[in-house]
Amino acid sequence: MVDEEKKGLAGIDTAYVAHLARMHVSDEEIARFQPQLEQVVAYVAKLQELDVSDIEPTSHAQPLTNVLREDGVREGLTNAQAMANAPASVEGQFIVPKIVE
Amino acid sequence: MMSCDFNSLTIHDLLEQLRSGETSSVEVVQGLIEAIGARDDDLKAYVSLDAEGALAQAQEADRKRAAGEDGLLLGVPIAIKDVLNVSGQPCTCGSQILQGYVAPYDATAIAKLRKAGAVFVGRTNMDEFAMGGTTENSSIQVTRNPHDLDYVPGGSSGGSAAAVGGGIAVAALGTDTGGSIRQPAAFCGCVGLKPTYGRISRYGLTAFASSLDQIGPMTHSVRDAAILLEAMAGVDPMDSSSVDQPVPDYTAALTGDLTGMTLGLPKEYFVEGVDAEVAASVRAAVERCRDLGAEILEVSLPHTEYAIATYYVIATAEASANLARFDGVRYGRRAEAGTDPIDMYGRTRAQGFGPEVKRRIILGTYVLSSGYHDAYYLTGQKVRTLIRRDFEQAFARCDAILTPVTPTAAYKIGEKVDDPLQMYLGDIFTATVNLAGNCAVAVPCGKTATGLPIGLQVIGPDFGEAQVLRVAHAYEQSGATS
Amino acid sequence: MSWVATIGLETHVQLHTESKMFCACCTGFGAAPNTHVCPVCLGYPGAMPVMNGKAIELTVRSGLMLSCEIPLYSKFDRKSYFYPDMPKNYQISQYDMPLCQGGGVDITVDGQHRRIELTRIHLEEDVGKSMHFKSSSGVDFNRAGVPLMEIVSEPDLHTPEEAMAYLAALKQILLYAEVSDCNLEEGNMRCDVNISIAPAGSDTLGTKAEIKNMNTFRGVQNAVRYEIARQIDVLESGGRIVQETRRWDPDTEMTSSMRTKEDAHDYRYFPEPDLMPVVLAEAQIEAWRATLPEPPAARRERLVSEYGIPEYDAGVLAADKRVGDFFEEAARASGNAKAASNWIMTEMLRLLGEQEMDIADVRVAPAALAELIGLVDGGALNSNSAKEVFAELFAEGGDPKAIVAAKGLTQVSDSGAIEGFVQQAIEENPQSVEDFRNGKTKAAKFLVGQVMRLSKGKANPKMVGEIIARLLS
Repeated sequence: MVDEEKKGLAGIDTAYVAHLARMHVSDEEIARFQPQLEQVVAYVAKLQELDVSDIEPTSHAQPLTNVLREDGVREGLTNAQAMANAPASVEGQFIVPKIVE
Repeated sequence: MMSCDFNSLTIHDLLEQLRSGETSSVEVVQGLIEAIGARDDDLKAYVSLDAEGALAQAQEADRKRAAGEDGLLLGVPIAIKDVLNVSGQPCTCGSQILQGYVAPYDATAIAKLRKAGAVFVGRTNMDEFAMGGTTENSSIQVTRNPHDLDYVPGGSSGGSAAAVGGGIAVAALGTDTGGSIRQPAAFCGCVGLKPTYGRISRYGLTAFASSLDQIGPMTHSVRDAAILLEAMAGVDPMDSSSVDQPVPDYTAALTGDLTGMTLGLPKEYFVEGVDAEVAASVRAAVERCRDLGAEILEVSLPHTEYAIATYYVIATAEASANLARFDGVRYGRRAEAGTDPIDMYGRTRAQGFGPEVKRRIILGTYVLSSGYHDAYYLTGQKVRTLIRRDFEQAFARCDAILTPVTPTAAYKIGEKVDDPLQMYLGDIFTATVNLAGNCAVAVPCGKTATGLPIGLQVIGPDFGEAQVLRVAHAYEQSGATS
Repeated sequence: MSWVATIGLETHVQLHTESKMFCACCTGFGAAPNTHVCPVCLGYPGAMPVMNGKAIELTVRSGLMLSCEIPLYSKFDRKSYFYPDMPKNYQISQYDMPLCQGGGVDITVDGQHRRIELTRIHLEEDVGKSMHFKSSSGVDFNRAGVPLMEIVSEPDLHTPEEAMAYLAALKQILLYAEVSDCNLEEGNMRCDVNISIAPAGSDTLGTKAEIKNMNTFRGVQNAVRYEIARQIDVLESGGRIVQETRRWDPDTEMTSSMRTKEDAHDYRYFPEPDLMPVVLAEAQIEAWRATLPEPPAARRERLVSEYGIPEYDAGVLAADKRVGDFFEEAARASGNAKAASNWIMTEMLRLLGEQEMDIADVRVAPAALAELIGLVDGGALNSNSAKEVFAELFAEGGDPKAIVAAKGLTQVSDSGAIEGFVQQAIEENPQSVEDFRNGKTKAAKFLVGQVMRLSKGKANPKMVGEIIARLLS
């Protein structure tokens, strides 16, 4: 049972996951990554050995709370500064290939 | 012009020379630029130099000093890992995807160093987006180990380590997510400190794994690490994860002895897989610490064997989101011929990221994806709790923990490049600390028979920087290292 | 077959803050593209979010107004979603621990009262805005990072009218709470609608479609009506409903498919490592609760019972909190609630409407209206003169007594003086006098009018009537 679960969990589909990450991968890359990733996934599956059902997850390394700022406006970047880094811009806007909804 | 020996020149000594008028910042910076010119063709530690800007800053520092001003780092040149935003400079993160990007703002750590009078000479090479342990994953160049050019300098802060270890930097900044300061410091024979998470603001540090990343100093001496830490530490309103804790005078903690201190040796760290020479050097260092007055006892960090799995789940998950912003819309490189924005993203990211970054983005996306999230990501976060508890329990019994930095000394360039899992396993002694969030320093503790440096890691509790620096300094001053 | 529609609404409301949710950029509307931006809201490498405390407070305030439960612990999460208007390609939102849970909105449709249950309210950041050109699109990130509260209703509504009533009631409550301007034209209240239909009596829900792009409440009502009819058509002609997102086109008044769930998004939520959890203290929540205004429904009831005004008037006056506040202040100061209500409903709201003005810009002070009412009630001013004074107050503001004095409008209530005017009128209009004596009421009105003319409008009309009656009896 545990072995089967592990096997199921190790089933990484490189092409599909790369698509979720909006990153094209070539056939050569898939061929290269697939066994490497399977190996890594099989390794990290060792986490399943531990019974952590009663353990609280840690998402922050330090237990801070309520780190807030006052509502107030401060100058940011000028439009010229923002456009200086833009790969493509027209009249102060970032230009992208046409968005089709 | 005086010629500095940058192989050993410390911040501490340089400041004394600047204060006494023995040298000027301009002289030092010029000398450093010459040294870089002479040596960096071999090392390839720097990805960019700003000689003109650095000389202008040095001149300004000399002018201030002549006017009677002083500063914690007035006129001291510091090399900066190319992952930190410095206003007006590129910040490639070792990646093609940030081609053309010029930072419009200073990272908080940079702003603090600037205020203390530091001079920014150049930017150091790194594994792309700090992902790797050899600096071979840089898309710009392969950096070499100053102790043997056929060997890797470690990573991801390999450029900073090679520059300091190779005598072409007085000191440098690195960043450490799973060992990226300590491991290259150990490989290149310099001191590297990963402060407690939240000790130094991360604002302006291009994030790899936000809950693990910390900026830290890489230096010729423990004292220099203390000086740089003091200059950068403190809460920052721009970083919600920075902690409001007083910043002590870290150099005052460097007493030179270990009387009254208890040092722990985790039994799980001295096991098979650790190279015999490394084990012997570290054991000798432990004995030296006992001689210096420390009491040594065995402690246990029982979840160590799960640390690498936990680390690679959490770090890649966070990275997959952090690196989503590199899409060719607002800055950086954009691939041509995208038919719609999503296709443009796919092409841009395919062309802009190297193989290791792609592997980690895919892994991180996978562990967060529907159907796998609980089994991997959530479980990883829970095991992280156990790892943090391990350290809390250990530090109830000791002031600091001694371990090797890495299981082996540096290896040859190309040796592990296509075996990601083997590479990941090398992070075992360092990544554990990032997961727990506490601090650790790497200090040289001898060399292999072939002359490659070996590092001793001193791990402290949360905000225990003064303790670990005291241990590392006492050990360093005892003269056993070189 | 008869069908029942099930409707749920997700309403996005822009909170009234000066600066964005996670950076100090201005939230102002209408600036030139990409001028309210910084490394944080442009998703620059190394930039980090910091929470705007005011946005947290306003969300909790909304939750308290809507009877939500306020959990003491909440957190922010990253929601992965690649789109050009999303700077980081993830949105900072709240996944499993939102700031508010449960709650409800009371609506009345066709005289029937119902409570629409809420699922939750969470806080998130807005995205940028894209504009479409011939062969490309432009993106403006001024709006990216503006704090948005998402109010999610249970699938608890069944008709287009209920959907519209829900939104109207929600807007009124949020305006009362002063958490948002709820200005639909500026996009600070937007909603997505989930609709499914099922045979009447069925206990399972049908497949739902999500409708986007309604910019007005009327648009929501029309879109819902259209979509229900469309789904019924599909099912009755033997088709099946696919789970999809549909776009409402206000010009053609139809919905059309945007994308199907086949390219379903895997949002890959995980806790935002750059933001710390929010932990509220009971005392803090109670302190905020203590500053809440009375909800509009309660106020309507109270206006009727406390001031004795009709239910209809109470509804009009309570619709806008500031109008209600104005009324109560004028009513208390004058001691004549009925008159205050009449002035506001017949004069002030009419003039505001005609001149497209907001009550915030009105120049009449409630105290001035009370004073005007006092002058009328005390017999110092007749109603025609009072209207003239009110017009002056509305145009220029000021003090009613000063206006009366400046215009010489003080009412003549001296019976001797009025008798003189009456005598003159009797002498000049013998025919009307005779008609009056023959019991023609029209003649009485005419004679009163003549006296008012002779007195230049200043005579007290009530006394004029009495004196005419006495002299001609």
